[in-house]
Amino acid sequence: MIYLDNAATTKPCEQAIKAAEDAARSCFGNVSSLHRLGIESEKLMNSAKKTILKKLGLQGEIYFTSGATESNNLAIRGVADAYKRRGNRIVTTAMEHPSVARTMDYLEKLGFEIVRLSPKDAIDNFEQYIADNVTQDTILVSCMAVNNENGFKVDTEKLYRLVKNANSETVVHIDGVQGFCKVPLKGDLISLSGHKIHGFKGIGAMYCADKIRFTPLVYGGGQQKNLRPGTEPTELIASFEAAVKAYPSDLTHYSELNGYLRDRLSKMEDVYINSPDNSVYNILSFSVLGVRSEIMLHSLEEKEIYVSSGSACSKGKISSVPDAFGMNSERADSTIRVSFSMETTKEDIDALCDEIENGIARFRRTKKSRRKGNI
Amino acid sequence: MNELIMAKYGEIALKGLNKGTFEDILVKNIRRRLRHCGKFHYMRKQSTIYIEPVGECDLDEVIEKLKVIFGIGALQRCAVFEKDFEQIKSQGVPYLENALKNAKTFKVDAKRSDKSFPMKTPEIQAELGGAILEAYPHLSVDVHNPEITVMCEIRDKGAYVSAERIIGAGGMPVGSSGKALLLLSGGIDSPVAGYMMAKRGLIVDGIHFVSPPYTSERALMKVETLCEKLTSYCGDIRFYCVPFTEIQEALRDNCPEEFFTIIMRRLMVKIANIIAERNEYGALVTGESVGQVASQTLKAIQCTDAAAEYPVFRPVIGMDKKEIIDIARKIDTFETSTLPYEDCCTVFTPKHPKTRPVFDEVIKAEQSFDFAPLIEKAVEGTTVKLFRIESKEEQE
Repeated sequence: MIYLDNAATTKPCEQAIKAAEDAARSCFGNVSSLHRLGIESEKLMNSAKKTILKKLGLQGEIYFTSGATESNNLAIRGVADAYKRRGNRIVTTAMEHPSVARTMDYLEKLGFEIVRLSPKDAIDNFEQYIADNVTQDTILVSCMAVNNENGFKVDTEKLYRLVKNANSETVVHIDGVQGFCKVPLKGDLISLSGHKIHGFKGIGAMYCADKIRFTPLVYGGGQQKNLRPGTEPTELIASFEAAVKAYPSDLTHYSELNGYLRDRLSKMEDVYINSPDNSVYNILSFSVLGVRSEIMLHSLEEKEIYVSSGSACSKGKISSVPDAFGMNSERADSTIRVSFSMETTKEDIDALCDEIENGIARFRRTKKSRRKGNI
Repeated sequence: MNELIMAKYGEIALKGLNKGTFEDILVKNIRRRLRHCGKFHYMRKQSTIYIEPVGECDLDEVIEKLKVIFGIGALQRCAVFEKDFEQIKSQGVPYLENALKNAKTFKVDAKRSDKSFPMKTPEIQAELGGAILEAYPHLSVDVHNPEITVMCEIRDKGAYVSAERIIGAGGMPVGSSGKALLLLSGGIDSPVAGYMMAKRGLIVDGIHFVSPPYTSERALMKVETLCEKLTSYCGDIRFYCVPFTEIQEALRDNCPEEFFTIIMRRLMVKIANIIAERNEYGALVTGESVGQVASQTLKAIQCTDAAAEYPVFRPVIGMDKKEIIDIARKIDTFETSTLPYEDCCTVFTPKHPKTRPVFDEVIKAEQSFDFAPLIEKAVEGTTVKLFRIESKEEQE
């Protein structure tokens, strides 16, 4: 099996599995309990918070959530509610994950003014473009650090600086799911997910800088400062911490794989790279013109090579990302997204490319004539 | 006081000398459907099946199950009494409390098929109505447009009182009209077509074409889910899954693009012919509706029909999409049908399919390649699964 869909989810690492098992066996107390078992669990949770803060290189608070969808909802709705008296405008992008995009739609219905900016309008200096749209009544900027479909990277440190220059009161939220452990992250609020970095599904976190306010989504027993109540899942938190610790800091392996894959793809006829120049190395999106994504995906699947259709324009489920990057529909229809892990090898890339070439020979027979001058 | 359910026949009541055959099938279907609900005593009398629980059982659940059995016109949940009017009055009136307490108007409808009963029908109606008015003074009688119609029937075996008449699924008992093979694509229309033919008493089995890697395993799972859902109406369903990839690739490589869809449909029908012949089906069923897509114009239907060796039933042919969707929602297949997976019909869809194919041209295009060996291979490779009512799929 060759797993090249690590942007969707990753295989839990041994360290994470062991940490969860250990916690389940010996650290099962309720953090809220007054006795020693409760204190042990609290220590475990505090240690995990420190580990995450250290990895981020930031100071502030960590709230554990059920995953990044919840973190994004909590950050955006929480800030919109807490700061609504100060202003009505929220600036975001047209390439966001549905957990941000749909939340923005919801706020729009409530009467907020939502500004959605497309990278295609300022691909070379998107950070400045976002900051230019920040006005005096802008309460929130929400932007993803790394796009999940093509790897496009936003320099969040620069974005943070520019936005604060434009309006120091504006809260900056970063969806850091694909960026965490891969690029530096900077924001007032940052959403994180465990299962994208070889942790478990069902655990995520939200980083919150000091003095940033947000209202909770749910009410309960006062846990996590009453901002995210509910008994803390110590086993999952332990696995998250272990996964963060285990994630390597030297990522040159990704850039090597990326270069190698680009090199092989460039030799194939009518295969185009979709990832912008400014992208992370562990995600590469490309289009095999004339072969619909889903067909290529299933044919690779027959050889136990697992990739994603990236922006599957299958019936009823259309991604807004290709449009945000100015991609035409034929290219969007034939998108393949490959995402690496540290375990991915050059041999894996070779096997992938060989099968893509086989697929092109098999699937691209009739469409040739139609494609001329249509790229 | 005992309760029982009367299942009144729909159309079977109109049958003549062969009525017994239909009744047998209906009772068999009912027994099968109720086998996990408890023990019952069944009796057939006067175009009604009396379903009497023996021991504990949840009658609400039983009614829910009976509501979807074809062949039943109406259901009536009743209390059973001796044929003694005093008893009917003293126990029957309290029994009706649930039905009557929130109503404003009612009437009593009596029937006396046992003519030896001392009171005549109008007398029963007047007496029972009077007793009800006394017990529930908030009610008034409205013989033309009552909210609740209280039924009191004096029959051979006893007296039955009821206020709850439930409309049944209607139609004919499944299995009373033969077997047909339903071409299931996974869309909205074909499950509805299957449901409608089952309503006319047909045993409906499904046939589906898969083209991996062009179609995903999820598309197949979706069709299997549809089969499972249909079992609650159609009974057990045999599901034939035909490997279609090679045929579609041969089609793409050898035939003009504008004929892809029409020839593909003809080839599907030809495969269905063979499976129908080998498994003794009497008809094919499709979910086509005139004018909906390119393969559903009159000319196109003429071309596919010509490939069929069996009558092709298209029960939704004259329905609007909205009407079809309404039924799909009713039989709970809509949500599944609209899951977004690629099915074999949309693989290699031509940009401009022929909407008015000329028959001779289609035949000529089809003959440019010898599909017979591939058809035979596809039939050989066909797998069969059995979906049973209320149980998980079983591999044959």
